[in-house]
Amino acid sequence: MTAFLLKRLLIGLATLLVASMVVFGVMEVLPGDPALLMLGMNASPDALESLRQQMGLNDPVVIRYVHWIGGLAIGDFGRSYTYSSPVIELIGERAAVSLPLAIMSLVLSTVIAIPVGLYSASRRGRLSDTLAMGTAQVGVAIPNFWFALLLIYVFAVWLRLVPAGGFPGWGAGIWPGIKSLILPAVALALPQAAILARVTRSALLEVLGEDYIRTARAKGMPRSAVLWRHALRNAMIPVLTILGLQFAFLLAGTIIIENVFYLPGLGRLIFQAITQRDLIVVEGVVMLLVATVVVVNLLVDLAYALVDPRLRVRT
Amino acid sequence: MSLLEIEKLKLDIGGTPILKGIDLAIEKGQVMGLVGESGSGKSMTALAIMRLMPHAARASGRLTFDGIDILASTEEAMCRLRGDDIGMVFQEPMTALNPVKTIGEQVAEGIRWHTGANRADAEARARQILDRVGLPEAKFPLSRYPHELSGGQRQRVVIAIACALKPKLLIADEPTTALDVVLQKQILELLKDLVDEQKMGLLLISHDLAVVADMADRVTIMRHGEVMEDGETARTLSEQVHPYTRQLAQASMHVPDRPHTTAASSTAENLLEIRNVSRDYPGRRVSLFKKGEPFRAVNDVSFSLKPGQSVALVGRSGCGKSTLARMILALDHPTSGDIRFMGESLLGKDETALRPFRRNMQVVFQDPYGSFNPRHKVERLVSEPLHLLDETPTPAARREMVAAALHEVGLKPSDMEKYPHEFSGGQRQRISIARAIITRPKLIVADEPVSALDVSIRAQVLDLFADLNQRLGVAYLFITHDLTVARAITDEVMVMHDGIMVEEGGTADILDHPKSDAAKALVDAAPDLHRAIARRLQEQG
Repeated sequence: MTAFLLKRLLIGLATLLVASMVVFGVMEVLPGDPALLMLGMNASPDALESLRQQMGLNDPVVIRYVHWIGGLAIGDFGRSYTYSSPVIELIGERAAVSLPLAIMSLVLSTVIAIPVGLYSASRRGRLSDTLAMGTAQVGVAIPNFWFALLLIYVFAVWLRLVPAGGFPGWGAGIWPGIKSLILPAVALALPQAAILARVTRSALLEVLGEDYIRTARAKGMPRSAVLWRHALRNAMIPVLTILGLQFAFLLAGTIIIENVFYLPGLGRLIFQAITQRDLIVVEGVVMLLVATVVVVNLLVDLAYALVDPRLRVRT
Repeated sequence: MSLLEIEKLKLDIGGTPILKGIDLAIEKGQVMGLVGESGSGKSMTALAIMRLMPHAARASGRLTFDGIDILASTEEAMCRLRGDDIGMVFQEPMTALNPVKTIGEQVAEGIRWHTGANRADAEARARQILDRVGLPEAKFPLSRYPHELSGGQRQRVVIAIACALKPKLLIADEPTTALDVVLQKQILELLKDLVDEQKMGLLLISHDLAVVADMADRVTIMRHGEVMEDGETARTLSEQVHPYTRQLAQASMHVPDRPHTTAASSTAENLLEIRNVSRDYPGRRVSLFKKGEPFRAVNDVSFSLKPGQSVALVGRSGCGKSTLARMILALDHPTSGDIRFMGESLLGKDETALRPFRRNMQVVFQDPYGSFNPRHKVERLVSEPLHLLDETPTPAARREMVAAALHEVGLKPSDMEKYPHEFSGGQRQRISIARAIITRPKLIVADEPVSALDVSIRAQVLDLFADLNQRLGVAYLFITHDLTVARAITDEVMVMHDGIMVEEGGTADILDHPKSDAAKALVDAAPDLHRAIARRLQEQG
């Protein structure tokens, strides 16, 4: 197991290294001069030149890359050009919104999807299965921002249960923070849950055709018990794969929802940084996301081994 | 009253009749053999007794077990019966166990479910029954997972699950078809002992008359969803009153006509020469820095094959015979030794250099279902090896060659426009033979070519092999664990065991007077219809 973990960690580090080169390289060829951006269009050429010098923008590419990657390694992501505060602080502030939001919607989507998938699979071909899967189809098709508006109208404007948008900050207390994340989490979770429910159902149906399911039935176990005890765990592999992909998406792919709810999340940070050519922030956020994906994949692999003994590597 | 009584059982799936009025009865402690070819409805009969038929199946008639009307029972009542009073063992041990649960969990599960025992008690009982089926705790702890066991061991676990609660009736659906003969014998003996010990009724489903003759007190012979004949085993199988029974018995012992054997051409050059061939596979890593001991699958094997000769390579599963075949076909490289075909070494040649050799040796696999791309027409499937020719034939010439090959194997040239699913299993095996002979090879390697086929079709395919050998002079290397195949169409037999060639010689010599332990075990375990009937008649006096 330790050898497996060590190997996976090394692969993860290599992935990060390659990703860092690609990210840095792409930012290098994109147009936009950070110094010009910071000082404005009317800045004198002398001032620009001295700022470039100061920021190290005139150094050769390799030097700047090494400098940047060296900083990343010790947690120094550099300073933002536009906010003039350390990138790590910006990311930290925004992650404090995005991470809880991603976790909430992931939990929500799992809690909805797996029972629905189980229910549908156990009543395959019946009306209730058709209805459940039809609803899921609609869930995939509905744009989540539209659904978000609907949620705001019903729960914030009409019922006044939760705020319509904005984020008070965790300083205002845990509950107000969570309260303002509930609607966005639901809006994000719905399409994810719909996809996950369909994956769960089809994985279960495939497993239910296996010989060992017949063996379990021949033991005298009723259909429902067989579904829970024998089929579910075998059907988890594709479900875990989708879950891993969804988490990565939920962390940064939520810009539309963040805009609808005025949430200061990572999606908005990276969007603003791109429009303002705040390249160092873009690079930092992207690297963080790559690192998240690497870690999530590692966790998913470990979960595979937990689910299926055949995937366990012997020590 | 019988333990199980089936009267006029009819079953259809989506309007297609599968069973057309089956009558069958099993007494307490009796072994009933249910024989028939694929599609005869024997498995569906078993599933009907368990009420585990497919969703769309509709059954009518009378089916009583121990006084209970099965067809009218509620699902809850059936759940109480299944696994407790009726146990079932399936054909495919490799997939019959849940891969993510330990064998202990899987055996104990049914015990807990039916008796309400706590975990510790259920595990204690699981330990007992696993010990009884030959998986002692010391070597096979309950914490083992199915993938850590071999096929024979897994089938023992399945039997343990089925027999854990001492059912009144055990149903075994082709329990040994996927196993080699030696394992088959062990499993059948285990079943027999358990039946005797626990006074169970046993419904043994098999396509193999010899197995049934050995095991069953009575036989029922089915065809197309109907019972052809039933009666006391020895009398039914020796008198063979019903024409279908006679047909089955004859097909299962069929020996094709081969007027001239190739022993005469022993002065000819060797077609194939295997010299001191070994093959090692790397062992599992002991730790990060230490490699495991390599595993020697084939160990210093030598033999030669003359043109037109027909040789069987027999041995138990895992003895290295398929590895050897892969090396002969140049699909794998020996670790040491030399393989010479048509006077030249195959080693160290690249694919281009191998082409003339490849077109002179072709292969026929066991599973005619799995070895075709279902989306290709027969013309394309059969003409596949033609790219091995130096000059690619024109489309017209290609069609002609395919037509000739199909004709050769007894199919119609017009069949080339069809897809594989339009053919029966036997016809598909003919197509794969047509594919093998289209380049006019000098050698065909056939890996268990008839073990997936029914007895009557298998007799026809064996005839075809023999005929091609006589007419075209093709040499055969048959890889099989089935000695009747070896006896039917080979001149010589080689016996492999644990990677070593332990015995070789004339087919009749070895099969009648085996010398090595491995060959003796194989011959001893091979089911034999004549022997089994004779023994039964003798027992009855």
